[in-house]
Amino acid sequence: MIVFGRRLPGMSSLLLWALLWEIVGQTGWTFFIPPLSEVLVTLFNVIGTPAFQKAMYETAYAFVAGVFFAIVIGVPVGILIGKSRLLDELILPWVNIFLSAPLTALVPVLMVLFGFGMKSIIITTTLFAIWIIILNSRAGVKQINRSLVEMAHSFGASPFDAFFKVYFWAALPEILGGVRIGVIRAVKGVIIGQLLISIVGFGALFELYSNNFMMSHFWAVLIVLFALAFSLSEFFAYLERRVSYYAASR
Amino acid sequence: MINRPLALKLLSAFIVFGAWEIAGRVPVSFAFPTFIESMQALFRLTIEGTIFTAYAETLKPLVVGVSISAFFGIGMGLWVGLSQRFEWLFSPIFIVMQAAPLAALIPILVMAYGIGLTSKVFVVCIMAMPVIVLNTASAVRNTPASIKDMGKSFLATDRDIVLKIVIPAASPVIFSGLRLGISAGFIGAILSELKITPTGVGDIITYSRSIADYPSMYAAIFSIIVLAVLFLNLLERIEDFLFEGNNRGYVSD
Amino acid sequence: MSQTNDAFEKSEPVDMDSAVSVRSVSKNYGTVEALRDLSLEFPRGQLTSLLGPSGCGKTTLLKIIAGLLEPTSGEILIEGKKVTGPGADRAFVFQDFALLPWASVIRNVAFGLELRGVAKSEREAIAEKYIKNVGLSGFEKSYPHELSGGMRQRVGLARALSVDSQVLLLDEPFSAVDEQNRRKFQEDMLELVRNENKTFIFVTHSIEEAVYVSDQIAILLPRPSRVSEIIRPTSFRNTDVENIRRSPEYLDIVDQIWASLRNYVE
Repeated sequence: MIVFGRRLPGMSSLLLWALLWEIVGQTGWTFFIPPLSEVLVTLFNVIGTPAFQKAMYETAYAFVAGVFFAIVIGVPVGILIGKSRLLDELILPWVNIFLSAPLTALVPVLMVLFGFGMKSIIITTTLFAIWIIILNSRAGVKQINRSLVEMAHSFGASPFDAFFKVYFWAALPEILGGVRIGVIRAVKGVIIGQLLISIVGFGALFELYSNNFMMSHFWAVLIVLFALAFSLSEFFAYLERRVSYYAASR
Repeated sequence: MINRPLALKLLSAFIVFGAWEIAGRVPVSFAFPTFIESMQALFRLTIEGTIFTAYAETLKPLVVGVSISAFFGIGMGLWVGLSQRFEWLFSPIFIVMQAAPLAALIPILVMAYGIGLTSKVFVVCIMAMPVIVLNTASAVRNTPASIKDMGKSFLATDRDIVLKIVIPAASPVIFSGLRLGISAGFIGAILSELKITPTGVGDIITYSRSIADYPSMYAAIFSIIVLAVLFLNLLERIEDFLFEGNNRGYVSD
Repeated sequence: MSQTNDAFEKSEPVDMDSAVSVRSVSKNYGTVEALRDLSLEFPRGQLTSLLGPSGCGKTTLLKIIAGLLEPTSGEILIEGKKVTGPGADRAFVFQDFALLPWASVIRNVAFGLELRGVAKSEREAIAEKYIKNVGLSGFEKSYPHELSGGMRQRVGLARALSVDSQVLLLDEPFSAVDEQNRRKFQEDMLELVRNENKTFIFVTHSIEEAVYVSDQIAILLPRPSRVSEIIRPTSFRNTDVENIRRSPEYLDIVDQIWASLRNYVE
């Protein structure tokens, strides 16, 4: 929006909402919304506590491991089905099914198969992230310009060179786009996993806070989580923009 | 003769379900029933009618929540898309909501609204709303400038432009936002049944897990995933049918 | 040079009966000057081309005349009345056709009348007539995506004609149409100018097209845009459409315009 001839930065309205939160909190309208200032004070106290650091560590561990497996499995599978028509027709329907399926329903299965621990949460995270990564990597390979492929051949590129110097880079914008959406989904997956298997990470922390009605603690943790999730998604969007300059002119 | 894509789909289903059957027979885990056992359980649940009462229960928060999200989400999205001021004010909230793990709000919702239908409807709403709002707003903003100019040059009022140009032009993207919202709503509905109170399909899953009746548990999960996928597929077909000419017919093709 | 100049000198001075007057119009986008102090007269019942290299502001000028953009200074007069926004006296034909993809041909053609509140049966009767005029009979129920580019622009043209405005504004109308259709269109344009007593303002970047269809050609030069020359072809205007491209005057004017524009090609 433009005010007095100056463009206000995109996210600046959040300050206004923060102010509104503070005012609503100060009026004491509802027990569930403590003033923002109180939440922020709690935030700085909570960050130092071992319980928070443990939750943070466990969540980060599950998240990184989950995303790692999603990328390491997803990208090659995507490239493979993008290259082979038979595999594409065999695997793609399942990718599409799991892309739109309510994966939450699978968490109980993971719980009985892999126990109430880290392993189930990591698998949940991977399950949330992997399908879109496969789909986008496939799309990235599929859209590679034929004349680019022919160019590589005509200049006598070896298959190895052709793959790493041409195809990978040509498909990179789509792959990164898939990874970005996958990461956002993984954040949701890791939290959903922890909520359902509520003895680990933030799941346990939430349980503790809500049983003791510690509202400002609760909101403090939520702010941290939301801020991290948002920064992560913006960071990947930034990476995607870095490579997308040539995506349009391929 | 069946054609190649269909044959390969059947083959692919056969391989996956076959692998499930074999893994169940080995068995890989005491909690891993075979495919046939699970399908028998599903058949039994269907004959008994348990599955239907369960779905009636599960779909209630989903339908209510999605209807509320659709109504307010599309309204909000139109507003945000049409007015720069409201875009500045509201879109950051929905952008953050889109990226954030909103499931973390569930404990608060339960504290505030109890463990009844209200909380579950809320869960569905917070999952479904952001994508509906953001899709609607971006569809409205991306209405081709030339057809808006066309409207203006033929003396359309602002109301004409919104009703006769912007909304019809945006409707395919709004509809697909709705479909994504429903997909997210399914996640919310099941999550709330597993996390808040076991009712409906969530009850079958939780109960049969507690008595170690794994075939019934797998059957319930299988059925809800099939239902969601089929329904979303149907919506996609409807979308393609309704807006067939809409996404083409601009100058670029 | 001398030979072509003869042709220009012979052209009669611009008659004062102009339907549209552009009076010292300037347009700035921030610090960028798109148009500077531009004045131009458009004679009634004739076709005037705005011709120039890309980025010379010809579409900007057309949109200012249409009332879609506001000039930073200066004014536009239509039949002596100042333009303050889009009006019923002007109709626009868009470069990218600007058809409603979800509406049938007949609804698209009648859309201008629909916006003016004309009753359905009446507006469809009018639309029907112009659909026939542009040669699209039988396609009333078709949708834009079922038509070729050339046919889509005929829909755009029929829509502009059906509101019966005195001034027709055409923004590079044939640039998204294939070569054969473009030629057919150009012939149809001459017919249209002759039969409809309307004033046509025609933006193009094709020198041949401008010379072929125009009664008057205004050459715009860029950064900031100004009128460098006004050319009024005379001798071949009344010959048959097939013979125009063979007329020496036609060829001379094309060469002469190219000579003055070639320095502006990037």
